[in-house]
Amino acid sequence: MAAALAIPRSDPAGATPAAAPADALLRVENLSLTRGEKLILDDVSFALKRGATLALVGESGAGKSTIALALIGLLARPQVGLDGRMLFDGADLATSSERDWLRLRGRRISMIFQDASSALNPCFTVGAQLMTPLRRLLGLSKAQARKRAVELLEGVGLSDAESRLDAYPHQLSGGMQQRVMIAIALSTNPELLLADEPTSALDVTIQAQIVRLILDETRKRGASCIFVLHDLALASQACDEIVVLYGGQVMEAGPAETVLREPLHPYTVGLKACVLEIDTEELEPLPSGSPSFASKRPGCRFAPRCASALEKCAGEKPPLIETRGRRLACWNPVA
Amino acid sequence: MAWFAARKVLQTLMVLLIVSVASFSLLKLAPGDPVQLMLGSEYSPEAHASLMAQLGLDRPVAEQYLRWLGGFLVGDWGTSFISKAPIFQYAFMEALPVTLTLAASALALAVLIGVPLGVLSATRKDTGWDAAVATLTLTGTSFPSFYLGILLIWIFGVKLALFPTLGFVAPWNDLWGGIVHMTLPAITLSTYFLAMIVRLTRANLIEALEQPYIAAARARGEPRWRVVWVHGLRNVMLPLVTILGLQLGALLQGAVLTETVFSLPGVGQMMTSAVLNREYGVVQAGVMMTACLFVLTNLAVDLAYPYLDPRLRPR
Amino acid sequence: MADVTLPAAGLRRRPATLAGVWAYARSHVWFLIACAVALAYVLAAAFAPWVAPHAPTDQDMMNFMSPPAWGPHLLGTDSFGQDLLSRTIYGARYALAIGLGAVAIGAFGGLVIGMAAGLSGGAVEWALMRFVDALLALPSLIMAIAFISILGQGVDKVVLAVGVALIGPFSRTVRGDVLQVKAQAFVEAAGLMGVKRLMVVWRHVLPNVIFPLAVQATIRVSYAILVSSGLSFLGIGVTPPTPDWGLMIAEGRSFVSFAPWIAGVPGAALAILLIALSVVGDGVREQFDPKLKKEA
Repeated sequence: MAAALAIPRSDPAGATPAAAPADALLRVENLSLTRGEKLILDDVSFALKRGATLALVGESGAGKSTIALALIGLLARPQVGLDGRMLFDGADLATSSERDWLRLRGRRISMIFQDASSALNPCFTVGAQLMTPLRRLLGLSKAQARKRAVELLEGVGLSDAESRLDAYPHQLSGGMQQRVMIAIALSTNPELLLADEPTSALDVTIQAQIVRLILDETRKRGASCIFVLHDLALASQACDEIVVLYGGQVMEAGPAETVLREPLHPYTVGLKACVLEIDTEELEPLPSGSPSFASKRPGCRFAPRCASALEKCAGEKPPLIETRGRRLACWNPVA
Repeated sequence: MAWFAARKVLQTLMVLLIVSVASFSLLKLAPGDPVQLMLGSEYSPEAHASLMAQLGLDRPVAEQYLRWLGGFLVGDWGTSFISKAPIFQYAFMEALPVTLTLAASALALAVLIGVPLGVLSATRKDTGWDAAVATLTLTGTSFPSFYLGILLIWIFGVKLALFPTLGFVAPWNDLWGGIVHMTLPAITLSTYFLAMIVRLTRANLIEALEQPYIAAARARGEPRWRVVWVHGLRNVMLPLVTILGLQLGALLQGAVLTETVFSLPGVGQMMTSAVLNREYGVVQAGVMMTACLFVLTNLAVDLAYPYLDPRLRPR
Repeated sequence: MADVTLPAAGLRRRPATLAGVWAYARSHVWFLIACAVALAYVLAAAFAPWVAPHAPTDQDMMNFMSPPAWGPHLLGTDSFGQDLLSRTIYGARYALAIGLGAVAIGAFGGLVIGMAAGLSGGAVEWALMRFVDALLALPSLIMAIAFISILGQGVDKVVLAVGVALIGPFSRTVRGDVLQVKAQAFVEAAGLMGVKRLMVVWRHVLPNVIFPLAVQATIRVSYAILVSSGLSFLGIGVTPPTPDWGLMIAEGRSFVSFAPWIAGVPGAALAILLIALSVVGDGVREQFDPKLKKEA
C-alpha cells in the first residue's frame, strides 16, 4: 500500500473520534467486563461504520475474543459483569434479552470462529449445518435451501459443492472447513460479521486467501466486519480501522494506515516491529490470575513491560486522547 | 473399515467358541450320570449301553463336542428328560421371547424417560432439580430389582389393584393384555437402566455443551432447545449406545430375577427350575442363548460405530 | 476463546491417603452417613448373637406372621413364627461374608489372570484375553447359576460360584494396570538383563496393581452381595432355614398381599446396605481413581 495513496483523514474540530459518525452501525461505549475478581475489559470504546472493517489487535488475553463474544451475546452471563453500552443500529446489545438475541444472532450478526474443525458439529453433514439457518431464518424450502447452499459453497471457492454438502466436517481439510464456516456465517446476509482469528488454525499459505475471501464477501454484501487478529500487519492490510488492545484496555486506535505507518504507542511499535517476538517470553501477556490484574488498578496495563515507561505510568492511567489522527492512551508516546 | 469389521467378527466368533466349549464342559463336569437320569426307572445295564451309543456318549470327547456344536447350530439342543420335549422348542421358541419382550420393554422405558431426564439434569446443572435426580439415580442403580418388584406388586397390585401382578400375556396375541401384564415387570427391570442412562446422558451432555460447535450453533441463531436436543444430544449417542451394549448382560441378569418376581415363564425361570431338576441340557441352552445375545449385540454396536459417530467413517 | 470458558476443574489424581479420605468425608455428608451405615451393618453382623433378640431359627408357635409391633417381635415374624428382626440381623452376617468371600476369590483370580496376561504378552496374552472375553460374555448371575448347577447349593458354593463369576471384570482391569506400569518399569529396567530385569518389573508391577485392585474390590462388594442374594432369591443359592435376605424375600413374596413385612424387612435391609455401599464406593472411587469415574 503506497503511502502516496493514503488520504489524510480530516478531523473536524471538536469531534472526538470516539463519538461515531451518524452512519455508525455499531458503537461500543465504555465497555467494561469483569469475571469474578478479574477485569477482562477496561473501558473499551470504538465505533464501526456501515460497510467498514475494523480489526481488534493484540496478544491473547487482551480481551479481543471477549469483545466478539459479547457482541453476539455468547458470554456466560451469570458469571460475567458487564458495564457500558454496545449500540448496534441504535439498540443496546448489553441489555438484550435472550429473546432479542434470537432475532439478532445469525440474522443480523454472525460469527466465524477460530477453529472451524471444532466449530462445526462433527455429527452433522456440512449441508445440514449450512441449510439449517437458510431454512430456519430465511424460511427457504428444502430444495431452495439446497440450491442456495450450493451457490454459497461455490461462492466461497469450494469446488464440487454439490457433493460437499453431504460430506461430514472431518472429511474436509482445515481450509475447506473454514470456507464452510464463512459460507454459513454469510448465508443470511448479516449486517455485521465477527471473525475471531479466522486464520489462526490454518496453514500459513492459505491464511491470506481466507482473509481476502472474508473481505470480498462482506464487501459484496455491504456488511461490516470486525476481525480479531494478533497480526498487526495483516490487520492493517485488511481493515479500515484498527483498535490495539492490551490487557483489556485500548492502547491506540485509528485508521489502519495511520496507525501502521506511524505507531505512537510503545506497544503498537512493539507489535509492528517484532511480529516474530510476540510469542516470546518478553512479550508474554500478564497472567490473568496475577494480583496486578485482579482489580481496577491504577496505571497503564502495559507499563510493567514497557521499555519507555515513566514513573507516572504505573500510578496513573493515561487517558485515551485524540492526537495526530488517532486515539492514544500513553504518557510517553514514541516520537 | 472392512478390516476392522472382519477383526471384530473373528474376535466374536472366537469368544463364542470358548463359551461353547465351556458350556459343553458343563455337561461333562456335572455330577451324576445323565444317561442314568434319563432312563430313570427303566434303568438296566443294556439300556444304559444302548442309550450311550445312541447319544454318541461312547465316542471321544472331541467328537462329542463337535457333534454337540453341530447340533446346537441347527437347533438340535437335545431333549428334556422331564417333559420329553425338545429343549430348543422350550428354550428358544417359548422362554426366550418372554425374556426378550421384558428386556425390550424395560430398555424402551429406560431410554424414553432416562434421556429427557438426563438432558434436563445437564441443562439445570447444580440446581435442586439436578441434586434430586442425582439422588434418584444413585438409589436406582443400587436398588435390588427383585425387592423393587415386590414393592411394586404390593403398592400397585395389592394396595391400588391397578395392575395384574403375575403371569405373562404375549403382546402378539393380546396387545392390551400384554402391555398391562408387562407394565410392572418392565418398570422393575428398567429402574437400573433408567438411572444409568440419566447419569450417562447428563455427564456426556455437559461435556458436549462445552464444545465450540455449540457456541457456533448458537451464533448462527439456533435457539437453546435445538442446540441442546439436536446438536448436543446427537454427540451423546455414541457413548450411550456403547455403554448400553456393555450393560446388556446386566439387563439379562435383571430379567432373570424380574421374571421370578412376576412369575414370567422366561429364560430365568427356565434356568432356575433346570438347576433344581438337574437338567443340565437346559442350563446349557440358557448359557448359550445369553452369551450369544450379549456377544452379538456388542458386535452390532461395534459395527454401528461409524453410523453413530461420523468421525469414524473413512475420510 | 480461553477468555470465555472457565477452566474446567481438571481431573488430577489426588494423593491416596487416609487423610485425603477424611478430608473428603468431612465435605461429603452423605459419604460419612453411608460409611456409618455400612459400619453399623458390620457391627450387627459381628455381634449378631448379642444384638438380636432371638435366635434366627427360633419359632414362636404363638406368633405366625405377626405384623411389626411393640412387643417381643419388633419387626414381626414370618410364616414359621421366626423373628424377622433377628433373622435380618443374622442375615447381615451371610450377606457380608458371602460378598467379601466372593470378591476375594474374584480379585485373586483376576489378579492371577490379569498379571499373567499383562506380563506375558503375545499369543498367551491374546488367548487369555479371549478367555476373559468369554467370561465377560455371561452376566455374573447367569454364570453363577451355571456353576451352582454343577456345585450344588449352599453358602460355600454360592461364594465360589459368585467369586468365579467376578473373575472376568477383575482380570480386565488388572491387565490394563499391568500394561500401564510395565511400560514404565521396562524403561527403568532397560540396562538390566535376565532375572534382574524380571525382578525390577515384578517389584514395580505388583504394588501398582494391588492398590487399584483393592479400590475395585471395595466397589464390587455390593455387586457380589446383590448377585448372591439374587441367587438365593431364585431359590438356588443358600438353602433354608439359613437367614439369608434373598431367601427371606423369596419367602415373603408369596405372602405379599397379606403379610408384606415378611419380604419388606429383609428387602429394606438389603436395599439400604447396597445404597450405602454404593455411596461409599463412589466416594472411594472419586478419591482414588478419577479415570474410573466416567465408566460408571
